[in-house]
Parts: sequence; structure tokens; C-alpha cells
Amino acid sequence: MIVIENLRKQYGAFTALDGVSLRVAPGELFAYLGPNGAGKSTTIKILTGLTRLSGGSATLGGADIQTDPIAAKRQCGVVMQHINLDSDLTLVENMDIHGRLFGMSAADRVARTEELLGYVDLYDRKEKLVSTLSGGMKRRLMIARALMHNPSILFLDEPTVGLDAEIRRRIWGLIKKIQNAGTTIFLTTHYIEEAEFLADRVAFLDEGRLRALDTPLALMHRVGAWAFDRLTEDGMKTEYFPDRDSAQAAVTLDAGGHTLRRVNLEDAFLTLTGKTVV
Amino acid sequence: MLHGLGAVYLREMRILKRRFKRHIVGMAISPLLYLVAFGTAMGTEARFDGHTYLEFLLPGLVAMTSMTQSFSTSTEINIARFYLHIFEEFQSAPISNVAYVLGEVLSGMTRALIGIVLILGLGAAFGVILHTGPWFWLAAALNAFAFSSLAVLLAMIVRSHGDQALLNAFVITPMAFLGGTFFPLDRLPEWAQNILYALPLTHAAQAIRGDVFGRPVVWAHFAVLVAVGAVVFIIALKSVGRARD
Ligand SMILES: Nc1ncnc2c1ncn2[C@@H]1O[C@H](COP(=O)(O)OP(=O)(O)O)[C@@H](O)[C@H]1O
Ligand SMILES: [Mg+2]
Repeated sequence: MIVIENLRKQYGAFTALDGVSLRVAPGELFAYLGPNGAGKSTTIKILTGLTRLSGGSATLGGADIQTDPIAAKRQCGVVMQHINLDSDLTLVENMDIHGRLFGMSAADRVARTEELLGYVDLYDRKEKLVSTLSGGMKRRLMIARALMHNPSILFLDEPTVGLDAEIRRRIWGLIKKIQNAGTTIFLTTHYIEEAEFLADRVAFLDEGRLRALDTPLALMHRVGAWAFDRLTEDGMKTEYFPDRDSAQAAVTLDAGGHTLRRVNLEDAFLTLTGKTVV
Repeated sequence: MLHGLGAVYLREMRILKRRFKRHIVGMAISPLLYLVAFGTAMGTEARFDGHTYLEFLLPGLVAMTSMTQSFSTSTEINIARFYLHIFEEFQSAPISNVAYVLGEVLSGMTRALIGIVLILGLGAAFGVILHTGPWFWLAAALNAFAFSSLAVLLAMIVRSHGDQALLNAFVITPMAFLGGTFFPLDRLPEWAQNILYALPLTHAAQAIRGDVFGRPVVWAHFAVLVAVGAVVFIIALKSVGRARD
């Protein structure tokens, strides 16, 4: 569905993406995980026509983003990291302009707006100005708008950044629901739990390069199954073990502050990139 | 190829509608001041091109307003790009650059039309009812087309709100004052006239005033407006891609 080959992006002398290649299968929920500045938004901007690439190529549902951008864009919905709504227009007007840009008929626009505003729980406010919405509501409106023309691929750039835990869970539920309806989802995040909870596969991105790409489980298994955190004189040390017994054996050696726990995606990220995500 | 044009245009119109009252008041203030200050100060004795100063000034204000109003499209696009980021909606939509630019240009021309009607109304309130024939409207439309296209072009190239303010200060305000709005050009030395005839607004003001005063059509004015409009429009089309970085 999404094919990226050796994608490169230069901002002047600075290399933001340094040869990224990956494929996302139809219906997959793919998470692009990396710290701030890794190049996540840049990738989405290139794929959705907001920025030009400097090298490599990409196709969306078979349409090349460079030679056939209009066909490529027709299949995509995108929710950017920052709010990009018309704050002086109503929710319905925002949805309607989007529908017109994608060539939807008047009847479809009305029906789809009603359906989606219900879907993201904003139906009661449909005639209000966007400027009256809270941050979480704006985010949900952006998701509804991106779904307006029934895209086969949905790009979500840090969809829950800056939202509190409860709204984050609610948006996660919404994202799962969208995937279950058959949409391919490309999601970026720097929240480990988000990738772990949602993704079929995860790519670790760091300084414009892919460090690893696999299912969350497989990535964790590369590190081990159990982790033993121990407080030492130089700070926290973590050791990884293939099973609980070997980890348990290590615990008895030490009496200081320590935790024995299952390996999580953060361990995998740390080990495979040598960095923390946040 | 033009699919999406309606969406771009409609969005601008909905925003305009939402602040229409404020917009009209804002648009009326400076022409009103000119009419009061210059119109009354100059009285009815002095003759300009054989007309009272008010009769001379009004067509100039029409030209100036069609320019400033259509050029204000650039401010709208700036807000859409740097403040609301809603411009990204157009970039990620399956529409052509032509559809986008034409949608914005038509919105600029609509703003110009509203401005012109307002000036004509103000003029009538001051007792001057302008004769407006087809050449008047054609010149105003061409002028609005050229400056709307320029607005899109510059809005695509600038990198911030601040750049935009500079453009207004260095391009639009001087042109508004020099482009044959406030005084007859034949009173200036020839070298100055030559410079002023390089400005498209001068041609628009002359063509509009010519029609109002019932003079024969000077084709050169229209030719210049068409040529400038066409060139700027084409560059504006190319510039849309440049906003993608
Ligand atoms: N328009 C730009 N000009 C120059 N540098 C940029 C621009 N946009 C992003 N960058 C740089 O490219 C890198 C990647 O940015 P981005 O893709 O936004 O990262 P992420 O979304 O992963 O946080 C960062 O170092 C950022 O500073
Ligand atoms: Mg980002």
C-alpha cells in the first residue's frame, strides 16, 4: 500500500532523512517511532505532498507521489501533528470544504459529515466555530476531516501529543476502530506505549535512519524476555535475560534497589538505537 | 483540471462573510478620509483634467481600492499558511495548482468588486455619481486580476508574516500613492511620468478615469494590464510548488 525506497530529504546542508526504505501492507497499522527531530513528520509531509523529497521514491497504492501526485493524494487522509483547522469556520464548514477539495457530491458531503461528527463525538457542536473547541476536540475533528473522503491510507502524525491520558485512550480506541474498518494506518509517535498498544509493526527511526523494523513482539525478543533493573553507583543498569529463571538468578546476587520485569518496547528501542525515545 | 477551484473560493468567501461588517468598515475608512480631507480642501474651484478634484479623485480611488483589496488576498494566504496552517489542506488535496491559484485570484477579484461598489457608494454620498461603462469594469477587473495574482505569487514566496508587512510597505503603499490616484500625471516632469507608467496601477487608473470621463479608449493601458496579469499569473502558478519545503 505504501512503498518507500531509499527516501532522502535535505534541508539545506542538513540531512533529515537518510535513505529510508519500508513497505506498509494494506490494512496494516504501522507505527513510526522515534525521538523528536528523528524525521517522522518530514516523512509524512513528503508522502502527503507538503514537502518535496530530495532523493529516492515513494508510491501510495501504486501511484508515484512525484509523477502522479493527484492520484496519490486522492487515497490519503492526513492528520498533522499541529492543529490545522479553519478556526473562523464551523465544524460543518471545515468538513464541507474538505469534501469539496476531494470532489465529493453535495449529498455525500452532508451524509459523511453527519456520520463522522457522530463517530468522533462532536455532533452536538457541528454548527459551532472551531475556535470554541478544546484541544482534544480539535484533534478529533481533524481525524474526522481526514476520513471525510474515505481514504484507503490514513497518516496520523503524533495524534495524541499533548493530550491527557483519558483522551489519549479514547483516540487510541478511535484509531483501532478505523483500522478495523479496513484503513491502512501510518502513525508516528514518540510515545512507546502508543506504538506498543496500537501497532502491527513498528519502525525505529533515529536521525533520519531506520534502525529496526518488525512486530513489537519480535523487536522486544531481540533484546530478551525479562529485564532486571538495578541501581548502581553509576545510575540505573538494565540487564536482559531470555527467560524468567535466569533473570531470577541475577536478582539474588544483589540486595540493593532493583526491579524484575518483562521487556518492553522501550528496552528494544534503547538497545537497538542506543537512545531513549523521549 | 479546475476541480477544487470552487472549494478554495468558497472557503475565502465564507471567511469574508463571517467578518463582513468589520471588513466593510475597515475598507471604508481610508477612502472616506481621502474624500473628506482632499475633496473638501480642494473645493470645487480647482480643475483637474477639466473636472473638480472629487470627480478626479474618485476613479483613482476605484483603481487604488481594486488594487489594495485584491492584494489583501496575500494577507489571507499568509494567515492560512503561517498561522492556521490550513494551507496544508490545499497542498495535500488532489487539486492542481491552477485550481488553487484561480480560486484565490477570484476571491481577490471579489474583494476588489466589493471595494469598488463601496467607493462608488461613498462617492454618491459626496454627490458625485460616476458613469461606469464596460471599459471601466474591464480595467478594474484586469487590475484586480493582476494584483490578486501578484498576491498569490508573493504569498507563496514569503517565509513569514513579517516579510509580508515589508512587501506591503515597499510595493503596495508607494504604488497606491504614486499610481495616478491623487494627482494628474501630466503635471510631473517627463522622467517621473516614465517611471510611473512602468507601474500597472497607473494604467488601471488612467483607463478607469478615461471611461468615467467619456474619453476614447487607450488600448495601450489595457494591453499593459493584460500582459502584466498574464505574466504574473503564470509565475504565481509556478510559485505554488515553491511553498512546499
Ligand atoms: N523546514 C525545515 N527546515 C529546516 N530543517 C527542518 C525543517 N523541518 C524539519 N527540519 C529538521 O529536520 C529534522 C526532522 O524534523 P521532523 O521530521 O519534524 O522530526 P520529528 O517529526 O521526528 O520530530 C529536525 O532536526 C528538524 O529540525
Ligand atoms: Mg514531528
